[in-house]
Amino acid sequence: MQPSAEHVHWLFATGFLILGLCLLGEAIVGSEVWRRRWWRAHLWPGILFLMGLLMWPVMTFYTNSTVHMLAHGSWAEVLTLAGGVELALVRGKLSSPWWRLTMALAFLVSGSGLLIHEQNGWLFQRSSFLHHLMGWTLVVGAVVPVARCIRPRSVAVGSTFALTVVVIAVYLYCDRDLAPVFGHLSPLAGVQHR
Amino acid sequence: MSAELVSELEAPRHRTWRTRAVSTLGPVTALSGLIWAMVQPYRVTLLHPDGQSFWWLVVEPPLLVIVVGLLFHFVVLPGLLEDLRKSDDAAVR
Repeated sequence: MQPSAEHVHWLFATGFLILGLCLLGEAIVGSEVWRRRWWRAHLWPGILFLMGLLMWPVMTFYTNSTVHMLAHGSWAEVLTLAGGVELALVRGKLSSPWWRLTMALAFLVSGSGLLIHEQNGWLFQRSSFLHHLMGWTLVVGAVVPVARCIRPRSVAVGSTFALTVVVIAVYLYCDRDLAPVFGHLSPLAGVQHR
Repeated sequence: MSAELVSELEAPRHRTWRTRAVSTLGPVTALSGLIWAMVQPYRVTLLHPDGQSFWWLVVEPPLLVIVVGLLFHFVVLPGLLEDLRKSDDAAVR
C-alpha cells in the first residue's frame, strides 16, 4: 500500500504548486491585503510546515540508500524550520524580518542535498537530470529569498520567489521512477517499466 | 487636472491590474492541467482504470493541477478580491 517514489514526488509537487499560487497571490495583492483574513495569512506557511512534517515519514520509509535517507532528513529539517519560522512571523511570535533568511537556508540545504545525493550524471535517466536541475535551481535561486528579506514589498521579487516554487513543482511533476530524458536512458539504470 | 482627481483615477487602474492578475492564476493553472491531460492522456489513469492500483487512481498529476487551480479560484480568490476592493476603497478615501 506504500506509494511509489514517483507518486510521492507528484504529491509534493502539488504541495509546491499550492504554495506557489498562494505566494504569487500574496505578491500581487500585497501582504497587507493577503493577511486580512486569519486563515489566509496562515495558509502558505501552514502548508510549508505540513510539507516539512510529511517529509519525515518519507525519510523513514524510503530508505533505499543511506544518502537518500540523509537527503530526505535534511529536507524535512529545513522545510519544517522554514514553515515554523513563517508561521511564527505571521502570528507575531517572531518580529525580525531577517528570520525569513531561513528560507534561503532551506533553498541552499535542499539544493546541496539534491546535488550531493545524485551520484549519476545529468543524462543517466530522467530523475538524475531532474535532481541536477532542481539542485542548481535551488542553489542559484537561494538569492531570491535573500532579496525578499531586503525588499519585502517588491512585487517583482515576490513574484520571482513564487515562480521559483512553481518551477520546482513542475520539475517534481516531470519525475518518473525510471524514464529516459531527451531520449537518453543508461542501460545501467534498468528497463523502463511504465 | 487636479492632483486629487489624478489619484482617484490612478486607484481604480491599479486595482484593475491587480484584480485581473490575481483572477487569472486559478484559470491559467487549471487550463495548464487540462492541456497537459490532452497532450499526455496516458497520465490520466481514470481514462483506463482497469488493473490500476490505488495510488495510480488517486495521484494523477494533470488532474491534481486542475484541482489546485479550481481550489484557488473558488476558495481563495473570492475573499481576496473582496479584501482587495475594501483596501483600495479605503486608500481612495
